[in-house]
Amino acid sequence: MSTFKAKVFVTLKPSILDPQGRTVERALSHLDHGNVSGVRVGKYIELTLSGSRAEVEAQLKDITENVLSNPVMEDARWEISEQQGEELVGA
Amino acid sequence: MKTAVIQFPGSNCDGDALHAAQLLLDQDAQFVWHTEAGLPQGTELVFLPGGFSYGDHLRSGAIAARSPIMQAVKAHAERGGYVLGVCNGFQVLTESGLLPGALSRNRDLHFLCRPVHLRVENTGTAFTGAYTKGQVIEVPIAHGEGNYYADPETIARLEGEGQVVFRYVDNPNGSLNDIAGIVSERGNVLGMMPHPERAVEALLGSEDGRGLFDSLKGALVSR
Repeated sequence: MSTFKAKVFVTLKPSILDPQGRTVERALSHLDHGNVSGVRVGKYIELTLSGSRAEVEAQLKDITENVLSNPVMEDARWEISEQQGEELVGA
Repeated sequence: MKTAVIQFPGSNCDGDALHAAQLLLDQDAQFVWHTEAGLPQGTELVFLPGGFSYGDHLRSGAIAARSPIMQAVKAHAERGGYVLGVCNGFQVLTESGLLPGALSRNRDLHFLCRPVHLRVENTGTAFTGAYTKGQVIEVPIAHGEGNYYADPETIARLEGEGQVVFRYVDNPNGSLNDIAGIVSERGNVLGMMPHPERAVEALLGSEDGRGLFDSLKGALVSR
């Protein structure tokens, strides 16, 4: 059994209006950062899981798709790394 | 109509929901705490009230939709039992999959708290039989995330099947097709952002929400 650190990134689908991102973008423009565009605000979630790599990856996929994000309006991707191990990237 | 009002941590319209239910539907309407595994024997209507369940953490309604009582609410809906979700209750219904789509941040990011006008689009449901088609009613809204979204196929299906029950006359939040409330395919689950339970006494500004509760009473008799 190993311990894994997971990072989950949740963003609004490109087709969904992001009023928060738009507001941030407008504020940046007022602060003389007029060259900034395409601001989108999302969420970042950290988890620690224990188990075998195969189990933990399946579980993380389930958690990410069914709890941490709402597939109706959000996209999600995750990264997982064994504590003091190599890094794996999933979507 | 035997009514159960579900309480989640952070519900804040539960008292209003219980009051309206006791006044108009069932003088013995009762609260049911979210950790319960089952509904009271004989429950006919489940009322999911407004508020900020679990502080709107993760997404509004997301945690509540996965609480123990929701398994019983889903089973109740599958049996054809009535479910009414108002405001946060509507968000819980979309998060739990009992209704399609999702509710996202209001178009202008403002929390909106004021009376709005709704057009009754379909009077053929258990929730709207006491209204007339096209009737405009005044009911308050109070939400920050009421912007209804669904993919184009879902919107087309909702429109085609007459599942859009209430529409904003003047869209306050950016909802697609001005959608304020929808019913499930079978018509026994209604979710809406405006608060009919806050519009049941003239003293409080409007009685236009009464029709919804009167409709439910009528629906029971004709069943």
